[in-house]
Amino acid sequence: MDQPKNTDNSLWMFIFGAWLIATLSTLGSLFFSEVMELVPCVLCWYQRIFIFPLSIILLAGLFPLDKNVVRYALPLALIGLLFTLYHILLFYGLIPEGLQPCTQGISCADDSMVLFGVLPIPLLSLAAFSSIIFLLLKARASS
Amino acid sequence: MKKNVIILATSLLMVVLFMVATYLYNNQKAETKTQLAAQNNSALIAEYSPRKGSPAAKVTIVEFLDPACETCKIFHPFIKDLLKKYPNKINVVIRYSPFHHGSDQMVAILEASRKQGQFWNVLDLMFETQSSWAINHQARPDIFWRHLTKVPNLDLKRLQQDMNDPAIANVIQQDLVDGKRLGANKTPTFFVNGKPLPSFGYEQLMNLVNSELAAHY
Repeated sequence: MDQPKNTDNSLWMFIFGAWLIATLSTLGSLFFSEVMELVPCVLCWYQRIFIFPLSIILLAGLFPLDKNVVRYALPLALIGLLFTLYHILLFYGLIPEGLQPCTQGISCADDSMVLFGVLPIPLLSLAAFSSIIFLLLKARASS
Repeated sequence: MKKNVIILATSLLMVVLFMVATYLYNNQKAETKTQLAAQNNSALIAEYSPRKGSPAAKVTIVEFLDPACETCKIFHPFIKDLLKKYPNKINVVIRYSPFHHGSDQMVAILEASRKQGQFWNVLDLMFETQSSWAINHQARPDIFWRHLTKVPNLDLKRLQQDMNDPAIANVIQQDLVDGKRLGANKTPTFFVNGKPLPSFGYEQLMNLVNSELAAHY
C-alpha cells in the first residue's frame, strides 16, 4: 500500500516543481514587459507562447494529480527550448546578424536583454525550459 | 488535501510577490522620472513653442504630442476643457514628439498654419479627422490635406510654401532632443509646472493640475 503513495508523492513533487518554474517564468516575463516596459523581441514572443500555457496545463495536471499531463506539457517545453537555444546563439553572436529574423523593431541581441547589467534574459529562459523538461522527464520515469 | 493547500499558498505568494515588486518598481520609476524632469528643467519650455492660455497663468502644462497618436487625440478635449475652465490660471505649451512615420509632415503643416494664426484650428481638425489620415501607424499628410480646405481663411498655397521652411526641421529636432532629456518617450507626455505624472492617466493628470492650482491660487 505504501509503494504507490510514495511514487504519487514524487510524481506530485516533479509536476509541482515544473509548474512552479513555469509560473515564476510567466510572471517574470510579464513583469519585464508590463511593469519594466521592456518590449519583447520576436524570439522572446515565441518563447512566451510556449511558457505561458505550461503554467496552466501543469496546474490542471495537479488537480487531481494526472501523470498524463507530461504528455501534453513536454512538447511545449521542448519547442520552447529550441527557440531559447536559437535565441542564445543569436545573443552571443554565434549566428551572424544577417540571419536573425528580428531586424525590425526590437533587437533580440542587444543590451536590453540583460537584466541589472549582468543577467541575460535568454539564459533565464534556458534555465527555465531545461529544468521544466528535466522535471517532466523525472515525472514520466516515476512509475 | 495538504498538497492543494501548498499549491494555493504558493499561487497566492507569487501573486503577492508580483504585486509588491510592481509597487516598488513603479514607486522608484516615478521618483526617477521626477528627478529627471527636475534636472532637465531648462529643456521643458522652448521660446518658439505654441502656447495657449493666459501668459500670467501660474500653472503651465507642457504636452509632448504626436498628431498621429490616438491617445493624444483622446486627451485633446480634456486639455481644451481645462483651458476653458481656467482661462487665467492655466496655460498649455505644445512640444512635438513625431514618433509615427510621416508625423513630421503633420508637424510641418501645424507650424505652417501657425504663421497664419490657425495653429489651434488645424490641430483640432487633425485630431477630429485622425482616423481618416492615420493609417496603420502611418501619418498621411496627403489625405489630411483634403480636410484643410474646410478651414476658413486658410491660404493653402502659402501653407505649402511655409511647410518648406527649414526652421521647422530645427524645431522638431530640438523638441525631440528635449523630449529625450526629459524622458518623454511616449505620447502624450505631460508635465505640470515641471512635474511629470506619477503614472499615466486622465485621473493622474487632473489630480496633478488640481494640486498645482491649489498650491498657486
